[in-house]
Amino acid sequence: MRVVVQEAPFDFGAEAAGFAAGRHDMGAVVTFTGIVRDLQGGGLEAMEIEHYPGMTEKALEKITKEAVDRWSLGDALVIHRHGRMEPGDQIMMVATAAPHRKDAFEAAEFLMDYLKSRAPFWKKEFSAESKTWVAARDEDEDALRRW
Amino acid sequence: MDVLYFAWVRERIGLPREKVETEAATVAALVDELRAREDRYAAAFEDLSALRVAVDQELTDFDAPLAGAREVAFFPPMTGG
Repeated sequence: MRVVVQEAPFDFGAEAAGFAAGRHDMGAVVTFTGIVRDLQGGGLEAMEIEHYPGMTEKALEKITKEAVDRWSLGDALVIHRHGRMEPGDQIMMVATAAPHRKDAFEAAEFLMDYLKSRAPFWKKEFSAESKTWVAARDEDEDALRRW
Repeated sequence: MDVLYFAWVRERIGLPREKVETEAATVAALVDELRAREDRYAAAFEDLSALRVAVDQELTDFDAPLAGAREVAFFPPMTGG
């Protein structure tokens, strides 16, 4: 498994290809990419993501290890950026590899649900009119209960 | 111990981290001490249900003991992904 926290953009295609290459025992690879979404009606100039260096890496490693153990994954990858991004930029990706697709999909959803509300990242949206910290949603907390 | 603030908690208090001399036994007792300092702390810690806390980089709750703790961080609910 690999966990990466970085400010720089990542190459989703190269990461996905590298992750999927070289394994003959994994029949399924699932990838998810999170992208900076514009505000409804447009106008988002930038998003800044703050994080807690040290705790971020620990929290992501713990969540990823749990996913690997629980779904017997062959491998898992989490890349999460911080700093300033613009609409359309890639924020993060997860990839999971398992012998069968059900485990790969479920593990990827588990990783997404957990890192959304248990990894120490905070998003702030900048538009011409306002600077707003993105509020956590109750649905995100509820999503953890199914696991 | 080091006390860290993130996101709007950092903005409201006006600094990202500081050294705090404290004998507080729990996170809640530390919060009471900070609240008593100045209005900006009282404002940041007004509603604890809007805050999360980590002790030594592990999420915990406001009843958590501080014995031996080196680092306490306060922040709003996380919005990763």
